[in-house]
Amino acid sequence: MFDALTSKLSTVFEGLRRRGALNETDVLEALREVRLALLDADVALPVVKDFITRVRERAIGQEVIDSVSPGQQVVKIVNDVLIEQLGGAGAVALNLNAVAPIPILMVGLQGSGKTTTSGKIGLRLSTRLRKKVLLASLDTQRPAAQLQLQVLAGQAGVGSLPIVPGETPLQIARRAMETGRREVYDIVILDTAGRLSIDAELMEQVREIRAETNPAETLLVVDAMTGQDAVNTAKAFNDALGITGIVMTRMDGDARGGAALSMRAVTGAPIKLTGSGEKLDALEDFHPERVAGRILGQGDVLGLVERASENLDQEEAEKLARKIAKGRFDLDDFAAQLKQITKMGSISSILGMLPGAGKLQAQLEASGGAAGLDKKVINRQAAIISSMTVKERRAPDIIKASRKKRIAAGSGVTVQDVNKLLKQFDDMSSMMKRMNKLGQKGLMRHGLSALMPGQRGGGQQRRGY
Amino acid sequence: MALGGFFSRLKQGLARSTAKLSEGLGTVFVKRKLDDAALEELEDLLIGADLGTDVARRVIAAFRRSRFGREVSEHEIRESLAEEIAAILRPVAIPLVIDRALKPHVVLVVGVNGTGKTTTVGKLAQSYTEQGMRPMLAACDTFRAAAVEQLQVWGQRTGAPVMAAPANSDAAGLAFDALTRARAEGFDVLLIDTAGRLHNKAALMGELQKIIRVLRKQDPSAPHSVLLVLDATTGQNALQQVNVFKEMVDVTGLAVTKLDGSARGGIVVALAEAFAMPVHAVGVGEQAGDLRAFDAGDFARGLVGL
Repeated sequence: MFDALTSKLSTVFEGLRRRGALNETDVLEALREVRLALLDADVALPVVKDFITRVRERAIGQEVIDSVSPGQQVVKIVNDVLIEQLGGAGAVALNLNAVAPIPILMVGLQGSGKTTTSGKIGLRLSTRLRKKVLLASLDTQRPAAQLQLQVLAGQAGVGSLPIVPGETPLQIARRAMETGRREVYDIVILDTAGRLSIDAELMEQVREIRAETNPAETLLVVDAMTGQDAVNTAKAFNDALGITGIVMTRMDGDARGGAALSMRAVTGAPIKLTGSGEKLDALEDFHPERVAGRILGQGDVLGLVERASENLDQEEAEKLARKIAKGRFDLDDFAAQLKQITKMGSISSILGMLPGAGKLQAQLEASGGAAGLDKKVINRQAAIISSMTVKERRAPDIIKASRKKRIAAGSGVTVQDVNKLLKQFDDMSSMMKRMNKLGQKGLMRHGLSALMPGQRGGGQQRRGY
Repeated sequence: MALGGFFSRLKQGLARSTAKLSEGLGTVFVKRKLDDAALEELEDLLIGADLGTDVARRVIAAFRRSRFGREVSEHEIRESLAEEIAAILRPVAIPLVIDRALKPHVVLVVGVNGTGKTTTVGKLAQSYTEQGMRPMLAACDTFRAAAVEQLQVWGQRTGAPVMAAPANSDAAGLAFDALTRARAEGFDVLLIDTAGRLHNKAALMGELQKIIRVLRKQDPSAPHSVLLVLDATTGQNALQQVNVFKEMVDVTGLAVTKLDGSARGGIVVALAEAFAMPVHAVGVGEQAGDLRAFDAGDFARGLVGL
């Protein structure tokens, strides 16, 4: 989600990195760009100012002047301050230290994603922590909101409070807690109606609910696309209710997500979870250090590894790694890899996590690649490979014109498609070789761009067929 | 819908934006020299209202040209700021006009998740019914849980029939059926509510294009309007949203919702600058009557607290 900000800051710091020494003017100039980038990314103005002041204080002074590589040092300072502002290293877990049934109160503006998030948290707590969860909708405002939560509860396989028309939100909250005690639930998630922070009446109502149920967590749900107003909202809800955590939704969008940066600074409440999709399992921990790294163009490598380890067949991956290390990577492995990739989600979301891939992603989109990278294409590629003989898969070099024709016919594609796939495989194997050369450390340092052939020299070299 | 109510409603809705912006203005410009420092503060205020850095810079540049070094009062600043903003907004304040000869005029309602599409469809249905037209609603959000039921409640409130299909069924198929029926029964307007989708999800955007393709099999000129519903609390990402939706589904106009709560709404100015995309309506509340035509002058004056 921070791609746009990342690319802006990379331009700024590329300039800084190139220079050996760094003076005050350099820093100020760079910080002006940082300020603009942060504002364009919807970080709230007061937070931007505070951020810039902190960085400047640390950047202009001994720390930088005495260091060997001043440019790097500034990048590091910006990174450090970013992590600090986002809440320090590590994810903050939901607080479940209370007597069961533990109430969790969900609040926020209309359309921020409270109900969907309630369903996601319900699923997460029941599958990961084996908790017995009850979902209760206190939304008597929006038509069919209660029904929506009931359906989600069904999909998540957790309990839902029966709907009784005509009850007030406070009455529903009481009934939910009673039901929770009687039917021995561990967690009761109370999903409230969306409300404006300036609506005194509705804010009073939710305050009463809070006083009645004494929730262990009062979670503010905020859309990652929110503009400058995010801070006002967070402040108002925090002042009224004492927010214990923030959930950022729609992190799978392309909003620059400045709201994340300002929220924590203004409320002091940690961002605990992020929503990144419409499916119920699309809920992730918020890791400030990863997000800060992403802002600075270092990529969310850890996030990618985590997602990979959750979805990939471990044995398969190890086998592949051994083959790559030996430089023996054939089309069978390629096919296996394609299959693994589809398990991990869309390619562009994976690319977004790789260091230096922001630009690559933009290039792909520009060349119509976004649509070209969907599952359909991958399936077609898998079909092409399965139309090859074992011998062809092991040694793709033997595939010449007549074999190509046969493969194309067998998989229902054109010869050009076969060519494209072979070229892709070719690129990939050469990338693997580079990766071996660079080693793990080099990959972390230089990012994905080090692997891209012809990145610096302009156009990619084409292999004739 | 009395027209007199419009002013007070919009003003009420914008009260928060106004309070915020004018509070800031008041502290900056009691009566002082418009120097670099003052201009910078003013630029910050505009940025803080979600106008975006580019638009803020442009407005400030205009101020610098005409007023640099002068003694100015708060009122003067507001007047000229309102005029500056109104000038940007005036060309895009275009109402959504329903062509009653089309029978039906097809309005496709699109947007990202949670912006208020279904509520806006409900409000539009109410407004058209009051104007003596017969609207039909198509609940093409077959994805989100209970979205269909939500629209059905609006159907009951407004007396408009709602076409629906089972959960997760093909939205395009439903849109096709709805158009068939609306044509056969001579409805004036067909309002198609779609599922919320992030503009960066190619597959979901493709689904919207499919709805349009299918509609055109019956009526090559459909949809006659594609309304993008935008949440006023959205920041600069709104520019990207409009850009992509415009490219993928030829958005013809915007409805800006939740203007009653957001402290800002300045993104509307940035959108007008960037796309010159018509703004048809603004949402200022959750009730059926809370959808209003967009008026540039009122909006601009409201925004700066006049």
